[in-house]
Amino acid sequence: MSVYEVFRQERKGVAFEHAGSVVAPDEGFARAYAHEQYGRRGESAALWVVPREAVLEVEDFVDELGRNYHRVDGYSLKAKLAEARGRAGTATASRDR
Amino acid sequence: MDGPERQRLLAIADDELVLGWRDSEWTGIAPVLEEDVAFSSIAQNEIGHARAIYQLLSDDADALAFDRPPEEYRSAQLVELRFVPDWARTIARRVLYEAADELRLRTLMASDDRAVAGLAAKVDREEAYHRMHAEMWHDRLRDEPRYLAAVDELFPYTLAMADPDDHETLIARFEPKTRPSNTVLQAHARGTHADGWVELWAEMTEVRRSVPGARW
Amino acid sequence: MNEQQFLEYVQAGGQVEADDWMPEEYRARLIKFIEMHGNSELMGVLPEREWILRAPTLQRKLALTAKVQDEVGHSQLIYRVVEDLGKPRRQCLDDLVSGRSKFHNVFHYPTRTWGDVGVIAWLVDAAAIISQKALLKCSYAPYARIMKKICWEESFHILHGRDVVLTMMNGTDEQRELVQEAVTRWWPPLMQFHGNPIPPDDDPVVRWRIKTQGNEEARQQFLDGYVPQIRELGLAVPDPKLRKRDDGVWEYTEPDWDELRSVVTGHGPRTAERLEFRRVSREETEWVRRVMLAEAA
Repeated sequence: MSVYEVFRQERKGVAFEHAGSVVAPDEGFARAYAHEQYGRRGESAALWVVPREAVLEVEDFVDELGRNYHRVDGYSLKAKLAEARGRAGTATASRDR
Repeated sequence: MDGPERQRLLAIADDELVLGWRDSEWTGIAPVLEEDVAFSSIAQNEIGHARAIYQLLSDDADALAFDRPPEEYRSAQLVELRFVPDWARTIARRVLYEAADELRLRTLMASDDRAVAGLAAKVDREEAYHRMHAEMWHDRLRDEPRYLAAVDELFPYTLAMADPDDHETLIARFEPKTRPSNTVLQAHARGTHADGWVELWAEMTEVRRSVPGARW
Repeated sequence: MNEQQFLEYVQAGGQVEADDWMPEEYRARLIKFIEMHGNSELMGVLPEREWILRAPTLQRKLALTAKVQDEVGHSQLIYRVVEDLGKPRRQCLDDLVSGRSKFHNVFHYPTRTWGDVGVIAWLVDAAAIISQKALLKCSYAPYARIMKKICWEESFHILHGRDVVLTMMNGTDEQRELVQEAVTRWWPPLMQFHGNPIPPDDDPVVRWRIKTQGNEEARQQFLDGYVPQIRELGLAVPDPKLRKRDDGVWEYTEPDWDELRSVVTGHGPRTAERLEFRRVSREETEWVRRVMLAEAA
């Protein structure tokens, strides 16, 4: 008997999300069990059932040097925009927030 | 719908009702928790099928399901037998019943009565999971002596439950060691009930009979 | 991370996953707490399944079967969490059946009538859901996640219970009497259900944020939500001291905490019988699990 992870799609078009796991002797049983444990109430459009050992885990994400050049929080344009507007004479009271 | 078709439908509904009852006896005590959940869905489907057929036959499905005296039920002995906690017999019955039921549903799907044909088609589609589940277990248990013995034991009951026209197909599929004799089939014919049937009916109707005519 | 840092982390709302380091005490308390929940779902099945066979309409039969099925499903979800914490399902079931582990008080009591079916689904489930909603914020994430599914499934249980009760209350005098008698009988275990009023600060399970709600808070929430529901149907609560003060706090006759302790340590009216039933069922189906464990042909 082994553990099978179950991923669930709530309705067509949305992402599959991890929903839980079932214990079963083989793939056929795993599908049959996931079918009812995660779908008997019409709550799922589809399921993916995967043996636990087939799931590869990745979780060592390192950012010691604060890399923000490729993220929105790496950009602060307020001061530069105010300067540019000033130069172009397009700064107005309502704009200076 | 003519008399014979009504009787045939009532028999199917009673089979599903009683088998659903028997199968629901496993809820909470099945061999494995995941199986408990799956098996309970099958039991609920069976009762749901019975209800749908009763609703076709009557304005008051509950009255038809509960308020007949025990001798008026048309359920086959096969579904009335009590097997809990015997999983081998339970699965043997599921496998045999699904085989016979699939054949008789096919006949119903060809009915001239559109309501009957339509309902049969719906039931047939729901049975897909039941058949998959039965086959899955049959594969797992097919080398177990107690399972094979159970299939042999219950085969005559299955023929007695099935449409006579389907007997040859069932015999070809299950290849019993000996072909059940007519005497045996008579002994299990519809109208005769299994041991314990009256007790089952009494328990089934206990609350309902406690305050006759009440709404629950 | 050391134990003190871990404690601060969870108290600040930090979430813990199955593979994270955790103090031994946290793991042990977690397993015990979650295991008791799983045991309770599985034991709660037994009083209710007796009524599946006797349900008086097809709809009730289906609804009750589905409700009990959900409870078995919940025990599956819960034991999986415990197993991933290090205690195999088989060991949990062994400990349950041998009396080494516990389950909630309400499941040690008998059911007597169809009135119990309604009252259990309406009030006992309500008491449980209050606790379960609080567990959505459990520091141990896998458990918090399954609580979402559990709470979602429980939502129909309460409606089913209420439907059964309302139908009977609108029925005959006999039926109304069945409901009142059940309420009277179930009231003491219901009042004990959330446990004795240990202050949350003194409760280790709260300190580790396994539970995020104190026992008394849960009980007050139950009274606030359900005493009005009970009384508006013309039903009486069998506690002459029960009243809501001006400051919103409910006063009541002190529950018998000795009785609670006695019951949950295995001396309830139906404890032995139900554990024996589970033990026998397990034995009878042991061969099936062996077959499932063997390689497929």
